[in-house]
Amino acid sequence: MPIFEIKNLSMVFGGLTALDNVSLSVEKGSTTAVIGPNGAGKTTLFNCISGLYKPSSGEVVFKGQRLTDKKPHQIANLGVGRTFQNIELFNNMTTLENLMLGRHMHMKTGLWASCTWWRRGSKACRLEIDHRARVERIIDFLDLQSARNRFVGGLPYGTQKVVELGRALATEPELLLLDEPVAGMNLEEKQDLLFWLQDIKDQFGVTLLIIEHDMRVVMEISDKVMVLNYGKPIAYGAPDEVQKNPDVLAAYIGDEQAAAQAGGQHA
Amino acid sequence: MEYFFQNVLNALQWGSFYALIALGYTLVYGVLSLINFAHGDIFMVGAYVAYFAATMFLGEVGLGPGVTLALIVPLTMLATACVGVALERIAYRPLRRKGAHRLYVVITALMCGLILENGNLALLGASRKSFPELVPTTVYAFAGLSVTNLKLAVIATAVAAFAVLHFIVTKTKIGLAMRGIAWDSFAIPLMGVPPDRIIVFTFILGSGMAGLAGVMFAMAYPVLEPYMGALIGWKAFIAAVIGGIGDIRGAFLGGFLLAFLEIGVAAVFPSTMRDLIAFSVLLVFMWQRPTGVFGVARNQKI
Repeated sequence: MPIFEIKNLSMVFGGLTALDNVSLSVEKGSTTAVIGPNGAGKTTLFNCISGLYKPSSGEVVFKGQRLTDKKPHQIANLGVGRTFQNIELFNNMTTLENLMLGRHMHMKTGLWASCTWWRRGSKACRLEIDHRARVERIIDFLDLQSARNRFVGGLPYGTQKVVELGRALATEPELLLLDEPVAGMNLEEKQDLLFWLQDIKDQFGVTLLIIEHDMRVVMEISDKVMVLNYGKPIAYGAPDEVQKNPDVLAAYIGDEQAAAQAGGQHA
Repeated sequence: MEYFFQNVLNALQWGSFYALIALGYTLVYGVLSLINFAHGDIFMVGAYVAYFAATMFLGEVGLGPGVTLALIVPLTMLATACVGVALERIAYRPLRRKGAHRLYVVITALMCGLILENGNLALLGASRKSFPELVPTTVYAFAGLSVTNLKLAVIATAVAAFAVLHFIVTKTKIGLAMRGIAWDSFAIPLMGVPPDRIIVFTFILGSGMAGLAGVMFAMAYPVLEPYMGALIGWKAFIAAVIGGIGDIRGAFLGGFLLAFLEIGVAAVFPSTMRDLIAFSVLLVFMWQRPTGVFGVARNQKI
């Protein structure tokens, strides 16, 4: 049974149809990539899943619960994590604080209990140590030790992307939405991230839904690929099948070139 | 030299009032990027709530001054917190939900302030109220200086309030969320943080501070009138901007900077020149440092 489903999802902004009857089913523990040209509606799809946009029609179901009626923080509490295409870190905080903020929904200490955080053995102190330990595990896992006490605004772009991934992991998601995770990274950083994504699946048991333009990354880590074009799903299947699909080629490089390329492949 | 130190003590007292009110401005601005221009009038509401509560406890209930003081401080803070939350729910939240331009929110805030002032005027009339004496004034004299117990209490209250706020903002779960929402309100719900709850809590804290300032002010200067919050509110706002609006350290420091500047000018020049010279100096300061002492320039993503 799929952990996550999108059923006939449409999103209309004024007269513009950003998503047109999109359906998708994601199995637990799998990696699904959503690809397509710029303006195809990929990020809009993620925003509908996260609750940042309310879809015009259709529904999003996660672990049997409709997400379409829920607020973004409620969706996050259900176990849906998210990173962004344009980094959305809290630049006024350190890496450690950013990751601790990712733990917010798991922190059960109220305002009064917080007043005893300095007293060893108190509930607040025990919970603080537990959250810190979990965050430190993520810092070690993602090799962020050198950045832990630095303000994230001053970190290199690639490191910021990793911190954002770490913050999403700190929320302990079951489904992780990654919006162009390797965009702007150099080759070495990309390779590291691919290893981490594989480990995230294996060690944390997280289901991944990824938007990515880098086809090498898509081919390497995806179990399934969905292609969007002008808000419509035009292909869905295994990465190597999708790569050869003439509709996909046409969407990316135009009809004539796609036909020529398809002819060349048959020859 | 004695004259100088006497002025320092006066500046510390006025700085405490400005700081307490400025903390409320800066908290709300930090979380919502909204200048709550009704905040000075929440201070006025605090003074009036304290007046009516004190009058009732001393008169009808027959409590002693000490017990009355112990009761009216939390009661006033609670009442002003309720006023702040009501403003947020009735006036600001609907505009936020509709994505209204910030200009409309500012105008709404100004209107809310006018409603509080003129509502008070309509309900209670223009006559001034005299706040009852809850703490007998004791004057401590040393080395040619004189300081009252009330003056010391006001300064101590401001420092304690700042310490509590600083603890909340830096050491608690809700404080972490407040700092997060201040920087990026778009991403914060995806951490599982309910933004509306954080915003309401911020209004509770900020308005509570204004209420506390109202009680202390009423005790130190026991004459209340409906427009008492307007000028001190504007000055506290300026103090928050000088310190770097959005940063509680800035609000606290800004309050004292403004008070020292005002008292310093009044000590040298005629008192009629006080505001003119003080604010001219501040204008020059803002040219040099538009973000204030602790403020940071923010890049706008487009």
